[in-house]
Amino acid sequence: MNLWKIAWRSIQHRAVSSALTAFSMALGVALVVAVLVIYQILDRSFKRSSQGYDLIVGPARGGPLELVLSTVYYLQNPRGTIPYEVYEELHSGRYAGEVEAAIPIAIGGFYAGFPVVSTVPELFQTFRYFGDRPYEFERGQNFSANQIWHAVIGATVARRTGLDVGDKFKVTHTTSGQGTHEHTEEFEITGVLKPTGTPFDRVLFSNLRGFWEMHQHEHAVESADTGSAPADATTAGEEHPQEHSVQHPAEHSAEPSESEDAHSVTAVLVKRDWTNSARALELPRRIGQESPELQAVVPSEEVAKMFEGLLGDIQTVLLIFAVMIVITAGIGLMVSIYNSMAERQLEIAIMRALGAKRSTVMLVVLLESILLSLGGGALGVLLGHSLIGAFSGTIFEQTGIRVSALSAQPVELILIPGLIALASIVGYMPALIAYRTDVAKALAHGG
Amino acid sequence: MVFTEESLLVLRDVRKSFQTPDGEVLPILDIPEFTVQAGEQVVIVGESGCGKTTLLHVIAGIGRPDEGQVRIDGWDITLLSESESDRFRAENIGYVFQTFNLLPAFTALENVLLGMTFGRGRPDAARARQLVERVGLGHRMHHRPRQMSVGEQQRVSVARALANRPKLILADEPTANIDTGNQQIILDLLREGCREENVALILVTHSPEVAAQFPRLVPLAEINLILSRKT
Repeated sequence: MNLWKIAWRSIQHRAVSSALTAFSMALGVALVVAVLVIYQILDRSFKRSSQGYDLIVGPARGGPLELVLSTVYYLQNPRGTIPYEVYEELHSGRYAGEVEAAIPIAIGGFYAGFPVVSTVPELFQTFRYFGDRPYEFERGQNFSANQIWHAVIGATVARRTGLDVGDKFKVTHTTSGQGTHEHTEEFEITGVLKPTGTPFDRVLFSNLRGFWEMHQHEHAVESADTGSAPADATTAGEEHPQEHSVQHPAEHSAEPSESEDAHSVTAVLVKRDWTNSARALELPRRIGQESPELQAVVPSEEVAKMFEGLLGDIQTVLLIFAVMIVITAGIGLMVSIYNSMAERQLEIAIMRALGAKRSTVMLVVLLESILLSLGGGALGVLLGHSLIGAFSGTIFEQTGIRVSALSAQPVELILIPGLIALASIVGYMPALIAYRTDVAKALAHGG
Repeated sequence: MVFTEESLLVLRDVRKSFQTPDGEVLPILDIPEFTVQAGEQVVIVGESGCGKTTLLHVIAGIGRPDEGQVRIDGWDITLLSESESDRFRAENIGYVFQTFNLLPAFTALENVLLGMTFGRGRPDAARARQLVERVGLGHRMHHRPRQMSVGEQQRVSVARALANRPKLILADEPTANIDTGNQQIILDLLREGCREENVALILVTHSPEVAAQFPRLVPLAEINLILSRKT
C-alpha cells in the first residue's frame, strides 16, 4: 500500500465533503478552461479566416476594423462602396504589379438572416482557406460568369434553410425606413459548398452581375414610380447603418449603363504578389495616398489590434475572475481538510503508532489535497470542454467560428503544475496539524 | 548504541512524569529495571490509571522517558532520532490497542497491509492475506471495520500487529472492550501468533482472568517505584 492509496482512501471515507470540494474546484477550472479555449480559438480562427487574401481595399469611410468586420466576418454592414474601377486598377491596372489576385465583392441584402455576398466565380478558385485548403462543393458546382442569376451557398446556409441545388431565393434588404424589401428577382442555386469552418459557411454567394442587374431594375422602377431619382444611397447608408448600402452610380439613371465601370462594389479582396516584398508591403500606404477615398487594410493586423486592444483586456479580466474562483475553491479545499483534521487526529496517531514518520503523515495530507485538486481540475477540464462543445453550434452559427469540445489548448497544461502548487499551498496548514499531532494524547483521547 | 545483553527488552532507571495544567509535575513511572526475553509472554497487571499505557508508549517509543534507557534488541531507542525511532517501531514493534484502532476507510486486508507500509521493503500482500485468514476472517478480507463486530475488529488488529514480523508486540487491554465469548479467542490468537513467530508479548490488563493465563505475571506496582511508594 502506497501513500497515494492511503490519501485516496481518506478522500473516499469523506466522500460527500470531498466531492463537494472537488466540484467547487471543477467549476473554477471549467471557467478558466472556457476562457482560455474560447479566446485561443477565436484568436486563431479570426486570424486563419483572414488568410487566402491579405489585403482588403474598401471605402475610406469608417475605420479599418469596420471594413474587416464587415468584409471578412459580415458582422456589420459595409460603410459605403467603391467604384468597380478600383478592382480593375488592382487586377490589371496600375497596382497589378503588386497584386497576384483580386476579387470584387458587394455585400448587401440577406436571405433568412444570412448575408448575401455578390462576387465573381473566381473567388472559389483563387483563394484557399486555412492556408492551403481549396473551396470545394458538397453538391452541384460553381456558377459561371455569364449565369448572372445563379448563386452558390455555404454549408450552414444549406443546413439551416434547407436550400439546395436547383432551389431559388430572393434577396431581401433593409430599407431606409427600417422595414424590409424583397427583390423580385430570384437567384438559382448551382452549388453547395463543403463546410469550411469559416464565415463563408454562413453566406449566399450570388453572381455580382446579377446583383447589379437587380439593383438597376429596382431603381429604374423606383424612378418610374416617383418620377425622380432616389436619394443618394451612400448618404442614406450613413444615416441608417442597417440600410442596404450597395448602390452604384447607375442607380440615378432610369437607363443604367451596361458598362461594368459604372458599377460599384463594397470591397476588393486582394492577394498581394510578394515577389517584390518591399512593393507589396508599400501597397496599402500607396493606395491610401493615391486615392484618399479608399483604404487598404491588412485584415490580420486589424484583427490582432482588436484582440490586443479589446479582447485582450476582456481575457485578462475573465482570467483574473476565473483564477479568483479557483483560489476560492482552493481555500474551500483547505477549510474542508482543515475541518476534518480534528476527527482525523486518531487516524494520524494510529499511523504514527504503526511507524509512520511525521513527514509521512504530513505528506499523506498533502497528497490528499493534491488528489482533490487534480480530480476537481480534471473534472473542470471535462466540464469546460463540454460547455464549449454544447455551445459550439451556437457559436458557429453566430460567428462562423467552428469550435469543438476537443479544442484543447497547450496553455491548459499549465493547469497541472498550477493546481499542484495551489493544493500544496492550501494543504500545508492541515498537513502541519498532522505533522504536529501528539500521538500519545491522540491515542488517549481516541481510546 | 548497540548492547549485547541477552534480553530483548531492557528498561533501566526509566522515569516519566507529566505536567498537569496547573504546572504540577506528576510522576508516573520510576522503573529501576524491567526485562523481557525474546519470545517471552509477560502480562503486566494494574489498576486503571496506574501508568500501564504510559509504560507501553515508552517501550514503543511513542513517548520518551524523562530519564533512563529503553533497550530493544540491543538498541537504546531513547538515543534514536524521532524518525529513526518511528522506523524502528515500524519494523520491530507491533501494537494492539484496547479500542482496536483500525482505520475506518480501509478494509481488513488493507489495515493489515498498513502495518507493513511504514517499514523497510514493500508490503507483503500474500502474508497479509495469510494473517487475515489465520485470525479466521478470510471471508471478511474486504470488509471495512464498521461492517465487522468488535471481536472481528480486534482480530484484524492482532493480524496487523503481527504483519511486519515484529520482535515485540505490545497489547494494551486487548480484551477489555470485547464480549466474554470473544475475549478468549482474541487472547488465544494473540498468544499463539506470538508463539509461532517467536515474538515477545507484553500484555497489560486489569483482568485477573486474563492475567492468570500467562506464565509470567508482573504487577506494575512491583516494578514501578511510584506505585510501590503509594502502597
